[in-house]
Amino acid sequence: MSSLAPLFQLYKSRLREFFRQPARIFWVYGFPLVLAVGLGLAFKSKPVEMIPVDLVESGSWNEVAKTIGTHNTKPGPSLDPRISIHSGTAEGTDNRLKTGKTPLVILAISPTQVEYRYDPTRPESVTARNAVDSILQRAAGRPDPVKTSDIVIDEPGSRYIDFLIPGLIGLNTMGGGLFGVGFLIVNFRVGKLLKRFMATPMPRRDFLLAIVGARLTFLVPDIAVLLSLGHFGFQMPIRGSLLLVVMLDVIGALAFAGIGLLIAARANNTETVSGLVNLVMLPMWLFSGVFFSAERFPDAIQPFIQALPLTQLISGLRMVILEGAGPLQIWVPLTVLTVWSVVTFVVALKIFKWS
Amino acid sequence: MADRAIYVHQLFKRYKGRNGPVDAVNGLDLEVETGECFGLLGPNGAGKTTTVEILEGLNTPTSGEVEVLGRRWETDENEIRQRIGVTLQETRFPDKQTVREMVTLFRSFYHQGLNPETVLERVALESKSGAYVESLSGGQQQRLAVAIALVGDPELLFLDEPTTGLDPQSRRQLWDVIRELSGRGRTTLLTTHYMDEAERLCNRVAIVDKGKVIALGSPADLITRLGGEHIVEFAIQPTESPIEADEFAHLATVISARAEADGFALTVGKPHQAIPALLDHLAQTERTLARLTTRQVSLEDVFVSLTGRHLREEDESPSNGSIKKRWGKR
Ligand SMILES: Nc1ncnc2c1ncn2[C@@H]1O[C@H](COP(=O)(O)OP(=O)(O)OP(=O)(O)O)[C@@H](O)[C@H]1O
Ligand SMILES: [Mg+2]
Repeated sequence: MSSLAPLFQLYKSRLREFFRQPARIFWVYGFPLVLAVGLGLAFKSKPVEMIPVDLVESGSWNEVAKTIGTHNTKPGPSLDPRISIHSGTAEGTDNRLKTGKTPLVILAISPTQVEYRYDPTRPESVTARNAVDSILQRAAGRPDPVKTSDIVIDEPGSRYIDFLIPGLIGLNTMGGGLFGVGFLIVNFRVGKLLKRFMATPMPRRDFLLAIVGARLTFLVPDIAVLLSLGHFGFQMPIRGSLLLVVMLDVIGALAFAGIGLLIAARANNTETVSGLVNLVMLPMWLFSGVFFSAERFPDAIQPFIQALPLTQLISGLRMVILEGAGPLQIWVPLTVLTVWSVVTFVVALKIFKWS
Repeated sequence: MADRAIYVHQLFKRYKGRNGPVDAVNGLDLEVETGECFGLLGPNGAGKTTTVEILEGLNTPTSGEVEVLGRRWETDENEIRQRIGVTLQETRFPDKQTVREMVTLFRSFYHQGLNPETVLERVALESKSGAYVESLSGGQQQRLAVAIALVGDPELLFLDEPTTGLDPQSRRQLWDVIRELSGRGRTTLLTTHYMDEAERLCNRVAIVDKGKVIALGSPADLITRLGGEHIVEFAIQPTESPIEADEFAHLATVISARAEADGFALTVGKPHQAIPALLDHLAQTERTLARLTTRQVSLEDVFVSLTGRHLREEDESPSNGSIKKRWGKR
């Protein structure tokens, strides 16, 4: 038998183990898909809705209602939001304002005098006030001395879904490394299987290579599923090279496999390893910019955030996929991820408990 | 080929336990000859698994000399691993692999070995070769463990409690596998709690207690060493005053007497003299017999007499015993 046989058999065995577990397949492929579709639809760009306001039934309220009605039915495209009116007594509308059911109460004292009641700390109140005021003033003949034009930005590449897909690829790579390597090894240790392997002449190197090799193999469908969804389902552009996307993700996967190995190096029960995995994953879920930009966090913690492997992986993926960056432009993510891979593997192999 | 498969001299293993250090192996000596089936017997915690795992190169001794197949773990690890087969006391094989896949995987680690189909046939698992490990019964999983131990066609096989939890039929099947190996000159070292298994299977056994070998020899040897050939077991109708087993120790041809759960057991040389003497004694002391049976001495009796608390104090070795006794009375 050739000396490649153990590696090949171990590798096949890892692949089989994965593909025979429907639950795991769901968490790795199904869950991110559901997340992408759900969030993609939820944040789909759509026109601003009608703004609800309250109108007190007194004074010249009929004129105001008519003006707003005319505005709402104005034909042709208009970026000014439409207004929906709820009318009532002074008391009733005030109550609705206090309880937050309406953002704005309009009191039409006379055709030339209108009073707005609202809480200026509520953004939607301010928006409503300005919208209504602009309609009333314009209807009364206010000129717009500055000519403005509006350009609509709804281009593929700048929408939330485009932002999200690289984030989900990164998240999957992290989960795969930590669970696929960390949990797997600790389960082997708990079941004494690691010890059983050690009782054979199996080369240890082959054992680890098979695990890492299987991880990298799973990346291909991982990336393919999410990129296809983004590209074909949501017209997300892929501006950079696909090869570079895969290469970057491979280095990211190695970094997470290294962290998984480090977590599994000494843990001898599943509680310890799940605690450690969560400890590692949580900060990255929060800070690494999967769902919203990592740059929103305060400057003080930016060095920490930028050092996290997931931050770098996702930012690199976004640069290549959305901005068409080449290898030289993503040298920071490549370097940080390489350092993570090398350091974690070296330390993990040093302290690894083989029984 | 060395004519001794295993050599162990003054083996010590100390664990850092939670409540102070534990001396799991405490000066153990052992020699197993090539072609032998050797049994390690001992109560729970005696140090059997620790000893075996040191021999398997899975655990390191605190001190002592260990030679396996004439080699040492420090210098010839890979060569020894190619030539031994192992079952651990418990192993959980991955659920979603088939029996054949597991055996094939382990086969790939050895330079030479047996065909997976052949091995599965030997442990009577060929009908399950396409089944997932998770669908096997406990006994079938244990046979799979043995199949995996055999797939490298080892010269020396270590089996740690291979038949615990097996039904009688599977046990016999496994005994046949081991006998067949012995027939081909292979060496087996097994640990077990089943005395009948050791008696039938092993050429020699070592009884281990508290990390030391306290008796060594062929099962027949150990049985004769106990002195008598027969055991007389009896129970007495409940009486008011408690009865000490010692009371029966001086009856004709009685070698030793011990209390059992609901009666007494006497090791006797000649039942035809001992039983009448016993009946006379009971008549004199006005007690009524509730039950009386006799049987041949078994390894079980040897085990109980060597490791049981009762005999340890008085009979283990006469000088020691008397010292302990005196201390006890002070
Ligand atoms: N890793 C360990 N750390 C601390 N103590 C240990 C460890 N492994 C075993 N021991 C202790 O060493 C002693 C011998 O254990 P061992 O497993 O060798 O016994 P055994 O003879 O195989 O018992 P059994 O028949 O129950 O399998 C026990 O007291 C056990 O508690
Ligand atoms: Mg044991």
